[in-house]
Amino acid sequence: MAQFDNFTFKDHLRESLLFNRRLTITIAAVVLLTIVLIGRLFILQVVEYTHYTTLSEKNRVNIVPIPPTRGLIYDRNGVLLAHNVPTFLLEVVEEHVENVDTMLGQLKQIISLTDSDITRFKRQLNRKRKFESVPLRYRLTEEEVARISVNQFRIPGVYIKAELARHYPQGKVTAHVAGYVGRISELDLRRMDNSSQYRASSHTGKVGVERTYEKLLHGQIGLQRVESNAQGRIINVLERTLPVPGKTLYLNIDSRLHAIAEKAFGEDNGAAIAIDPNTGAVLALVSVPSYDPNQFIHGLDTEAFDVLKKSPNRPLFNRAVQGQYPPGSTLKPLLGLAGLELDEVQAFNPVNCKGWMTVPDDIDQRRYRDWKRSGHGTTNLVKAITESCDIYFYDLAYKLGIDRIYQYLSAFGLGKKTGIDVIGELVGLVPNKDWKLRTYNELWFPGETLINGIGQGYTLSTPLQLASFTATLSKFGQRMQPIILKSTQDPKTLEMQPIEPVPLQEVHKISDKNWRTVIHGMEKVVHDHNGTARGIGYGIKYRMAGKTGTAQVFGIKEGERYDEDKIAKKLRDHALFIAFAPADDPKIAVAVIVENGGGGGTTAAPIARKIIDYYLLGESHEPKPTL
Amino acid sequence: MSPSPRYSSDFADDTRLSNGGRLSQQFHIDVPMLVALLTLAFVGLIVMYSAGGQDGGAVWRQFFLLFIGFAVMSVIAQIHPTTLKIWTPWIFGAGLLMLFIVLLAGEIGKGAQRWLNIAGFRFQPSEIMKIALPMMIAWYLAESVLPPRRARLLICSVILVVPVALVAKQPDLGTALLIASSGIFALFLSGVRWRLIISLLTIAAACIPFAWGALHDYQRQRVYTFLNPESDPLGSGYHIIQSTIAIGSGGVYGKGWLNGTQSHLDFLPERETDFIFAVLSEEFGFMGVLILLAIYLFITARGLLIASQAQDTFTRLLAGSLSLTFFVYFFVNIGMVSGLLPVVGVPLPLISRGGTSLVTIMAGFGILMSIKTNRKLVSH
Repeated sequence: MAQFDNFTFKDHLRESLLFNRRLTITIAAVVLLTIVLIGRLFILQVVEYTHYTTLSEKNRVNIVPIPPTRGLIYDRNGVLLAHNVPTFLLEVVEEHVENVDTMLGQLKQIISLTDSDITRFKRQLNRKRKFESVPLRYRLTEEEVARISVNQFRIPGVYIKAELARHYPQGKVTAHVAGYVGRISELDLRRMDNSSQYRASSHTGKVGVERTYEKLLHGQIGLQRVESNAQGRIINVLERTLPVPGKTLYLNIDSRLHAIAEKAFGEDNGAAIAIDPNTGAVLALVSVPSYDPNQFIHGLDTEAFDVLKKSPNRPLFNRAVQGQYPPGSTLKPLLGLAGLELDEVQAFNPVNCKGWMTVPDDIDQRRYRDWKRSGHGTTNLVKAITESCDIYFYDLAYKLGIDRIYQYLSAFGLGKKTGIDVIGELVGLVPNKDWKLRTYNELWFPGETLINGIGQGYTLSTPLQLASFTATLSKFGQRMQPIILKSTQDPKTLEMQPIEPVPLQEVHKISDKNWRTVIHGMEKVVHDHNGTARGIGYGIKYRMAGKTGTAQVFGIKEGERYDEDKIAKKLRDHALFIAFAPADDPKIAVAVIVENGGGGGTTAAPIARKIIDYYLLGESHEPKPTL
Repeated sequence: MSPSPRYSSDFADDTRLSNGGRLSQQFHIDVPMLVALLTLAFVGLIVMYSAGGQDGGAVWRQFFLLFIGFAVMSVIAQIHPTTLKIWTPWIFGAGLLMLFIVLLAGEIGKGAQRWLNIAGFRFQPSEIMKIALPMMIAWYLAESVLPPRRARLLICSVILVVPVALVAKQPDLGTALLIASSGIFALFLSGVRWRLIISLLTIAAACIPFAWGALHDYQRQRVYTFLNPESDPLGSGYHIIQSTIAIGSGGVYGKGWLNGTQSHLDFLPERETDFIFAVLSEEFGFMGVLILLAIYLFITARGLLIASQAQDTFTRLLAGSLSLTFFVYFFVNIGMVSGLLPVVGVPLPLISRGGTSLVTIMAGFGILMSIKTNRKLVSH
């Protein structure tokens, strides 16, 4: 036992010695490292003291982010839609201000500062670092700039900055396409996945192309390391990483076409879309009324915004992609195609239209009326399209059944997003039995097939969807995704990068003969003396295929008559017209809707004619005013 | 061996402090270290008042945290080292478990996770590891003769690597560094043979490329930023530029208390936490810095003295490791603020604001005091 004790004791001593040896080594290391530390501090505080005092007292090294220049937007002909113009704004650097409220008080005496300016400023002040500048007033007038410059020495921390602000030379003509930029909001920051890129930027795309292609347009932030004096004025730029400017965008849009279409609407509200059926290029995406996008750049005050928001004409509402209207009789060509292809009708087998019909197994024997009370008489498919005979298509819809109608309309892209590069596109609605059961928990009534077969009832589509299926129709079922962007350009190398057209799934095989039959009917809509749009066929220099439509706004009870003059304008029918031209070699497909415009042939079709005239024949063929 | 410890009276410093010495033994407090720590805390409060923009609230908060820290220290000092030794595996196991929980919670929450909420108290399990890891290694090495054999060292490296990896994954490289160094110090002091140390270092160096490949892209970016602050001039690079100007412009005697222009006018980031040293050196100059370093060194030296006087392997290794980790704390912090080392999130002990890390540091001193005042006579 004693032996064992002795052994551990010896070992203990040995371990203790070993430990103390190691401890000595660490102490040596501690002393060495401390000397290094003291040496470093000696260099900083004693040797380089003068250098750092100079830096500290006279100069400060600051890192200033440089905003990239936002990319320009042009239309297809090189007409400028969005660019950047210099403006002056007032900025405040908090760390140079003694008392923010005193400073604001001083400023109020020389320039105008609204309460909303101040609340916005204070909100931003809390978000930024003390050495970062916070904008207080935008769009200073030259007089204000002068007044501030004179008084600047009394108000430290306040700086005038020249900045590039977005400007839209075309104003409201292209507002619904180009969109606008606005000041970056908390919401925008949360949405962004690259918010560090926006350290120097004040604006971001809010709607339209500005929003869709924000990433291309914005560019990449730059940095500069600067020496500035005690007032924060930059006296020397030490190092600079240049920002990368945003890409220049060329759109498929033709802004002159826009202007012509907008003028053609006159006082009416509505939308007009023109697409090149071969590529899906969107030539025009007009929604009237429009608004001036320039007023959004520096933020609208609440009052002005309310005016826009509450206007009964809803100028901010992009009818072209967000308006959902019953497509009315514009669906008839599609129904005709379905009927021919499924052998439910033969092109020359007529139906007798006596002005009304009933559904065979309807107990009430409710009468479904044609728009023409006297009826169209003996009517085959071509005549039914030409004269827009409702009875013919009631009969056809009944034969097809709603589910087969659904199948054909869906194949043409109705009830689905077109995939256009505009944010906020709505889907419309194509009903079927399933849908009704799911939505209303009700069975489908045969009468509803008739109503939806002529594009009324539940059926809804956006004007863009109408234009898109018209384009598809013109190309015998070949579908292209509507696209606004034509090409992008590097602002430095000027290298162009065209955007490739995106083909969509073709409409399932329909024989060429059937396409021709339907399109023949549509040509007669314009060119036949009985066509519903014969009014625009006068003096036309090319073959146009079209179809009129009327979308009911106001429900008319059975037996009641629709009398336009007696109904308030707001409740009048929407007028629709779809068309493409030239009929045998389509270059443009158009859809026009005039809200509360009454009949499609008289109000919507002339707008389409003007658009197509301009596009195919050029400006000179626009009817000149007689002097 | 009697279960209750018998106090020795034949050590020089104990006899010198005749009355106080006995009192200090009674309350298990090492008076010189306590005085040094209180001085440091006082300096910290003074600097905090300036750094916090002469805001009394910040000082009171720090005062309250310091109070808790000293209370924790006093309580832990009462625990006998033998008891600590018995608890060691349990503390380490619990700490490891909590690190796993934090990691799991982080995976679920899809973000960096360091905190654990238990009964309303938020704390970082990684902080526990700063003490639990050296305890565990000291405990394990004390089981057998020193220097440790290879098999034992292998287990030790597992004990070391697992918690460090877990903390690094949080990701908290600063804390991981401190935990790793505490374990490495214990190992080094145990007398691991030089040959082995060199070969381990070689293996570790060889592992770096593999570890690098296992990192996420953003973690790699973090490391780039650590290594080269200039690559992130708006972030940590800016911090370093500002803090070196603050330190350098302090000069020999400083600009005077509350007169630091850099730290007040300019945006010296983190000036109440990791970068508080810049405020101190700007206002008190090189002299102030020397005094601060003297206090820190005194505390470190006192801790190492306690280690050398400790009577068994466990307490010896633990005391040595805790004291050296304390040195790493202030060395890394000052080195980072003065631009000598890359930016790692390590606070300046007792001066930076901060709850959990302050409590851990004070708990460490509690253990040191317990070791110092519970020396028992070895039966010859």
